[in-house]
Amino acid sequence: MKSIGKEEPILKRKKYRSEQKKDMISGYLYIAPFFIIFALIGLYPALFSIYLAFQKWNGLSPMTFNGLANFEMVLTDPLFWKSVYNTIVMGIMGTAPQLIVGLILAYLLNMAFLKLKGFFRVTIFMPYLTSMVAVALIFSVLFSNHESSLANYVLTHFFGLDPIAWAASEWGTKIAISLMVFWRWVGYNTIIYLAGIQSIPNDLYEAATVDGANRFQQLWYITIPMMKPFIILTVFTSTVGAMQLFSEPTVFLGADAFTRDEAMTIVMYLYRDAFRLQSFGTASATAIILLVIITIFAVINLRLTQGIGRKKRGVMK
Amino acid sequence: MSKQARKNRKKLSVGRISVYVFLLIASILSLFPFYWMFVMATRPSAAYNSIPPTLTPGNMLIENFKKVLNQIDFFGGMWNSFILCAVVTIVVLFISSLAGFAFAKFKFPGKNILFIAILVTMIIPPQLGLIPQYFLISKAGLLDTLPGVMILFFLNPLGIFLMRQYISGAVPDELIEASKLDGCSNFRIYWRIVLPIILPAFATLGIIVFTAVWGEFLWQFTVLRDPEMYTIQVALAQLSNTQHVDFGMILSGVFWATVPLLIIFLLFNRLFISSITEGSVK
Repeated sequence: MKSIGKEEPILKRKKYRSEQKKDMISGYLYIAPFFIIFALIGLYPALFSIYLAFQKWNGLSPMTFNGLANFEMVLTDPLFWKSVYNTIVMGIMGTAPQLIVGLILAYLLNMAFLKLKGFFRVTIFMPYLTSMVAVALIFSVLFSNHESSLANYVLTHFFGLDPIAWAASEWGTKIAISLMVFWRWVGYNTIIYLAGIQSIPNDLYEAATVDGANRFQQLWYITIPMMKPFIILTVFTSTVGAMQLFSEPTVFLGADAFTRDEAMTIVMYLYRDAFRLQSFGTASATAIILLVIITIFAVINLRLTQGIGRKKRGVMK
Repeated sequence: MSKQARKNRKKLSVGRISVYVFLLIASILSLFPFYWMFVMATRPSAAYNSIPPTLTPGNMLIENFKKVLNQIDFFGGMWNSFILCAVVTIVVLFISSLAGFAFAKFKFPGKNILFIAILVTMIIPPQLGLIPQYFLISKAGLLDTLPGVMILFFLNPLGIFLMRQYISGAVPDELIEASKLDGCSNFRIYWRIVLPIILPAFATLGIIVFTAVWGEFLWQFTVLRDPEMYTIQVALAQLSNTQHVDFGMILSGVFWATVPLLIIFLLFNRLFISSITEGSVK
């Protein structure tokens, strides 16, 4: 830096170059821990699963190659298709309302006049702090099969309906499990959306007000399009999460979890194959089929959520 | 005041009341299962199906908890869960903020592709590798140990995403340029300048990671088979596997396992909520 005259620009450029190089090295170095751990415990096991899916293996004796037999066994098993159906039904019932209600709650919590904001935010977020096991246990008592369990009491006394065997009927189990998923996650999504809403610069709304846009137009043309990254994030994570449902039904049904089929999910089917029946080949095949199913649903949902913003922009022009 | 303005005001106040009503109902629905869990934890097992429903606490709070202690190693489970979550949280905060800093502020070839690659790893279901992961941990002799559980949780793509978003908004480029001119190394910039600025985001991500790991079940259930090594989740799940299901006992266990976490949340909630809501994510 002490140099003077003509040398200065050259030195500066050199320094800039070496800075750039340093930044490059730092950049790679700082993201390396994730990739190293990922290679070891994420990527390698994932690839090994693919290998295992073509082997017959009980965990002890040597593996033997058996081609597509594992996939055939899984795909022709009615219980597998039941688990796919269960997962999708509970996924839709548990997550779609959750995201919509989360958006509404976040919108309301952001209103300028609102008092007690802190109180509402804390209480609405609190269910997320309960572990899935805890939620499933609480709901297993709330929604027990007994004719006068609290859920059945509400059904019979307030709605005049018949009591439901919540842990032993086709729709009873699905509704109870969807409700516990909804209850636990709605506050989490609300907080994410709230952060999104508050990241929208105020001058956008001011400009819109000057242009004469009403509240609803502002919501439709500013809030929702600006929230797109947050909506995409939550739709993505909850789709992936819904396809992986395991803890809630397992704990909710307790000892019956792996013998009943009303709430058996894909991951439960996989777990049962691997750790109850010692059939690691078919379990790995199931894992790969699960990946395909998750990818399909994630792509569909990404397309749908991406569509929101594009349509808006088109209208605005 | 013009007629129109008065009309608007009236309309608004009706709207305002319905906003409060809606939020109040949401709050009650959020809190009720907690309250009901507390009520059941203080009552004999039979209370769960009494008509009309039991809605006031009884006097069996300690008695039910003693039954829990006879059934599972409650405090051992809590301790194991705490150690697990504390270590994972610290490691994830470090890895995520460092990577988030790199993605937000450095230029290097392949940056965008690598960032997308991290997001794509989110789509890989943890169950895809579950079986090889189990055998990997088993081969490494880490079955029934906490490190065996931890290592999988160190992977947190969402953390990197959040940290990148936060750092690119909250840490001005000029500040980094200025520190570079002062001769600060990149790591020193991270440690001395970036870290203090992103502490609120640490609270957010920290709570998200801590609670997620605290509540995770499948992996802990798979790796921990020895009752002595159970985390609280695996231990709690055993409560409903007994011959005579005692609901008062089960919910007592859930209650005492949930309370410490709620206390931690209420202690940190100010930091947490301010970090998320006061324009932090820009």
